Amino acid sequence: MAELASSAAHVRHGSSIGQPLTRRDGQLKVTGGARYAADNHPPGMLHAALAVSSVARGRVTGLDLEAARAHPGVVAVMTPENRPALAQDPNDKSGPFVFRMELLQDDTVRYVGQPVAVVIAETLEAATEGAALLAPRYAAEPVSTGLEDGEAFVPPAVGVGAPAEVRHGDVEAGLAAAARRVEAVYETPAQYHNAMEPHAVVAAWEGDRLSIDTPSQGLVMAVGRVAGLFGIPPENVEIRSPFLGGGFGSKGAISGPQVLGILAAKLVGRPVKLVLKRDQMYGPVGHRAPTRQTLRLGVDGEGALTALHHHVRTASSRYDDFFEPSGSVSHTLYASPAIATTSDAVRLDSGTPIFMRAPGEASGSIALEGAIDEMAAACGMDPLEFRLRNYAEVEPTSGKPFSSKALRECYAQGAERFGWSGRPLAPRQMRDEDGLLVGWGVGTATFPALMMHGQARAVLRRDGSGLVETGAHDMGQGAWTAFAQIAADSLALPIDQLEFRAGHSGLPDAGIAGGSAHTATAGMAIHGAGADVIARLAELAMTDQRSPLFGAGNAGVVAREGRLVRRDDESRGESYAEILARAGLDEIEGRGTGAMDQAAQEHYAMHAHGAVFAEVKVDPELGQIRATRLVGAFAAGRIINPRLVRSQYYGGMIWGVSFALHEAAVVDRRTGRVMNANLGEYHVPVNADVPSLEAILVDEVDPHVNALGIKGVGEIGITGSAGAVANAVWHATGVRVRRFPIAIEELLGQP
Amino acid sequence: MNRFDYVRPATVAEAVAAAAQPGSAYLAAGTNLLDLMKGGVMRPARLVDLARVPGLDAIEALPDGGVRIGARVRNSDLAYDPGFARRFPAVAEALLSGASAQLRNAATVGGNLLQRTRCAYFYDPASACNKREAGAGCDAREGENRLHAVLGWSEQCIATHPSDFCVPLVALGAVVEIEGQAGRREVPLEEFHRLPGTTPERESVLAPGELIVAVRLPGEAAGFAGHARYVKLRERTSYAFAVVSATAGLRLEDGAIAEARLALGGVAAKPWRVPEAEAVLRGARPGAEAFRRAAEAALAEARPSGDNAFKIELARRILVRALTLAAAGTPERLPALPASPHAPHPGVSLHG
Repeated sequence: MAELASSAAHVRHGSSIGQPLTRRDGQLKVTGGARYAADNHPPGMLHAALAVSSVARGRVTGLDLEAARAHPGVVAVMTPENRPALAQDPNDKSGPFVFRMELLQDDTVRYVGQPVAVVIAETLEAATEGAALLAPRYAAEPVSTGLEDGEAFVPPAVGVGAPAEVRHGDVEAGLAAAARRVEAVYETPAQYHNAMEPHAVVAAWEGDRLSIDTPSQGLVMAVGRVAGLFGIPPENVEIRSPFLGGGFGSKGAISGPQVLGILAAKLVGRPVKLVLKRDQMYGPVGHRAPTRQTLRLGVDGEGALTALHHHVRTASSRYDDFFEPSGSVSHTLYASPAIATTSDAVRLDSGTPIFMRAPGEASGSIALEGAIDEMAAACGMDPLEFRLRNYAEVEPTSGKPFSSKALRECYAQGAERFGWSGRPLAPRQMRDEDGLLVGWGVGTATFPALMMHGQARAVLRRDGSGLVETGAHDMGQGAWTAFAQIAADSLALPIDQLEFRAGHSGLPDAGIAGGSAHTATAGMAIHGAGADVIARLAELAMTDQRSPLFGAGNAGVVAREGRLVRRDDESRGESYAEILARAGLDEIEGRGTGAMDQAAQEHYAMHAHGAVFAEVKVDPELGQIRATRLVGAFAAGRIINPRLVRSQYYGGMIWGVSFALHEAAVVDRRTGRVMNANLGEYHVPVNADVPSLEAILVDEVDPHVNALGIKGVGEIGITGSAGAVANAVWHATGVRVRRFPIAIEELLGQP
Repeated sequence: MNRFDYVRPATVAEAVAAAAQPGSAYLAAGTNLLDLMKGGVMRPARLVDLARVPGLDAIEALPDGGVRIGARVRNSDLAYDPGFARRFPAVAEALLSGASAQLRNAATVGGNLLQRTRCAYFYDPASACNKREAGAGCDAREGENRLHAVLGWSEQCIATHPSDFCVPLVALGAVVEIEGQAGRREVPLEEFHRLPGTTPERESVLAPGELIVAVRLPGEAAGFAGHARYVKLRERTSYAFAVVSATAGLRLEDGAIAEARLALGGVAAKPWRVPEAEAVLRGARPGAEAFRRAAEAALAEARPSGDNAFKIELARRILVRALTLAAAGTPERLPALPASPHAPHPGVSLHG
C-alpha cells in the first residue's frame, strides 16, 4: 500500500515497536481515500440485491418472477432453478468450522432473513425493486425462538472444540461444606455484530479465474472455501481485502451472501456487486447466541471459594452447530478447589450463531462477575478484596502456572486511578450533587493468549530498503501500522525505509484475524522472516574476506538501522546495501512462521488479564442509567503500539457498557423476527453514553507466549467491563439485575 | 412497480393542487418518509416536494407575543432561534432532545407533526398492522410491546406518536394552520392527531391533500417561559425515542400555581395533554404532594396494552419530575444534555 502515510512526526528512537504511532491508514480513512470492498466498480459491473425470507421455518412456495424480470433494468433473477452449479453441497459439513450456508440449494427456509433469491440489475435501484417485486409466498411451519423452546441437549463441544463439561474437584461436596452459598441465574440476549461496513462483495469471473473484493478476517480460509464450492484451484481465486469496516467475528468465515454475489457474477457473466442492507445483517452472517447461565458458588468462613459451578444454557440454529462457550471464564479466573462448567443447548429457528467479539468470554464474564459480586456482598466483603482473596496463583482447572499474570498490578493500578478505596461497602450510599444515585463496580477481565498459524515474507533490497508482506487483515484495529512496526524492527530499519503489504490473498497466509491472536501470529511470522533475512545477510558478510564483518564468527553480528555491526565492536560494520552490492545480489529474501509453541503451552496457562472499574449514575425515581466513568487496567504482554492498543481497550470497554446497558436483539417469540434490525432501535452506545474512559497499560513481560511476548488485546476489553458496569448499577441502587441489558423497569421498584 | 410522480410546485396553491391526486404525499426533509418508502411501508403514487415553496420557512413574531412557525422550518433552526428559545424554552429543549444533530438539521416542523409511529410492526411489511393496512390486524397487540401505548389505545392499535416537539406544543395550546383545496383552516394541535379507535390508519384530521403551512403558539404560551421544562426518559443518553416524556409549564402567582400546562409523550397515539392534572394544580402550592396528585390524575385512565405496565408509574414519576424542575425555574442556559434526567440541575433538590 504505497499510499499509506508514514508519519514524519514520529522520530524513531532505536525501535519502532512500542512507539505510539498514529495509524498509517488514518489519513486515507478520514479523506475517503481508503478503498473498501463496496467502493470497487469494475467495468460492466451489475448490482445484485437479495430477496430474503420473512418467515423462520418452512418452504418458499412461490416467487413473482415475471414481475421482477419485467422491471426495467433487471438482467436476471437467480433462484434454485437457475443458480449455477456448485462443486460442493452447501449443506455439507467437512469440519466443525465449515458452516452450512444457504446458497439457493433448495426451497427450504431456515430463518428470517435467509436469502431466497438474488436479483441482478443494471442499477442498485432496479435490483432492489426487483427483489421487492418477488413477494415470496411460503408454507410456514411452527418455530422455536426461545431458550425454553424444545428439548435441551448436551452439545458434543462448545466454542472451538472445547469440552461441554469440565470438572475439577467435587463441586457438590464443596457447596455442601460451604459456610455461604449463592445461586443466581443470569440471562444475556442475542446480539448482532453490526460492523459499520456491511458484508459486501464485488466479484468478477474470467473463465475459471475469480477476482473478488470483499472484507475478510481470514483470507486464505476464504480462498479455500470459495475454491472448494466452485471446484476451481485455490490459486485461481484472488481476494483483495485491504480494509474492513469492522468484523467482530462475522467476517471470519466467508458468509452465504458473499458467495451469492460470486454466484450471481457467474450466472450473468459480468462483474457483480452485492452489499447487504443493514437489516439483512440480522440473519445470514451470524450473531452472539442468547444464554441463560446458572451460577452456584460456595465460600468458607474466610470468604475463600469452596466451589464454583457455572452452567450455560445456550442455543444454536436448527441446522448447524455453534455453541457459545460462556463457561470458559470460570476455568481461569478464580481459585477454587472445585470448579465445574456444564453446558446444554436448544435449537432455534435462527441463523447459526457465530464468534462475536470475545465469544463466550463476554457473555460468561458478565454472569460470573455478577455472581462473584453477589458472593462478596453476602460475605460483607469489598468486591475487590473478595477477588484478591480468591486470586488464582495457578490456573485453577488445569493446575498449570501462568506464563505471566500481572492481574494484581491491574487491580492495584486501576483501583488507585479510579479512587476505589473510598467506596462504601453497602449499596445505595452515594449521591452526586444533583441527587443521582452513584455506584462503583469492579470486574475482572480475561482472555486467552492464543496463536493461529501464519507466515510472512521479508526482503531486503539493494537500495537498503525493506519489504515485508503477509496476508494480514486490518479490521480497523491498526494492523497496517502495528505489523509495519514489527516488520521495521525485524529488519532493523527505520519504518520509512520499510514497505509493508497486506490485505491480499496472494500474500503469505497470515492466519485468521480472530481470537485476539493476529498480532502475535502474523507478528511472529514477520519477526521470523526478518530474522531469516538478517541471518542470510550476516552469513554473506561474515564469509566474505572483503567485509569488515569477516570472521565475526562466535562474537556474531547485530543489525542496527540498516547496517550489520559486530556485536563486540559496533564501530565495525557495513550497510545492508554494501553487503548486497558486493555479493552482486538485487535482494535477499527470508521467510517466517508464527505458531503456538506447543511445549510452552503444555507447561503454562496463557491469558491476558485486566481489571475494570466502573462508575454509573442512576436516577432514583426514573431508573435511567448512565455509565459516567470507566477505568480499565490491562496486562497483555508486550504492547506493540500503545496508542492503537488503548483504542482497542476503549472499544472493548464501550462494548462492555453496551452489553450491560443497551444492546439486545428484540426477537418476536411467535415469528423469530428481529424487530429492531436497524441502528436506530438496536441500541449501541452513542458518545453521550460514555463520558470518561481511561485505559492503563500495565507492564507485563511474558517470556513464554512467544518470542515477542505478545498476548493480544482485541477482545479482553469487553470482559470485565460489562460486569463492572452491572455491579456498579447494583451498588448504586441495591437492585441486582440479572437479565441484560438492564432495563429501566427493573429499577423502578424502590423510588 | 414502485414508480411515483415527483413534482416540485412553486406555490402553496400549486402544492395543494398537485397533492389533490389520490395517493400523493408531501415531501419535506424526508427523514421519515424516505425510510418508509425504502422499506416498502409507504408507496405514495406522487411526491409533492415542498423544497421550492416560498413562505414556509419563517419564524415570525406575532403582535400578541406569540409566534408563527413555518412548516418547513428546520428543527435546529427553531431550537437555536434565540427569541423563540427564550419565550418557549420547553419547546426548544424538546426539539434538541430528539433524534441526532444531523436529523435535526434536516427535519421540519410539519414533518415532525406528521411523523409516523416507531412501532416495529408498522415498519415490518411482513407483520399485520391496521395502521399500514386497514383491517389487517395488529401483531403488536400480542408481540414485543413493552414500549407501546398506555393511554388512548384500542384493540386495533397500540402504537405511540414518537414526537418530542409536539409534547410541549400541545401543552402550550399550539394551533395548526392547514391549507387545502377548500381554503385555509386552523385546528388546535390537541385535536389534530386522532386516537386509533377502529380506524388507526387515520392518524390526523388532515383531509387527503391538505398541507400544514404553519404552527402557531399564542402569546399567552410565553407566560410559562420562566417555569417550563421537558424531560425525556430513554434507553440511551441520546439518539433514542422516548420511553416516556413529559412537559410542565407553570405560571406562579404569589407562590401558588395560577396555571399549569402538562403533557406526556410516548404514551399514546398523540401528544397527550392532561387537563385533569392541570386542574388539580390550579391554585395549589408547588410541591411533591401536589405534583403527585396531578400525576395520579394524569394517568387515571391509563392501562397497559402489553408488557408495559411499568410505563404508567414511570409516566407519573416523569410528570412529577417535569413539574419539580419547572417549579425551580427554567435554567438560564439549556443543559448540554437537553431533557435528560442526567443533565445537571444546579440548585434543584430532586431526590430529597
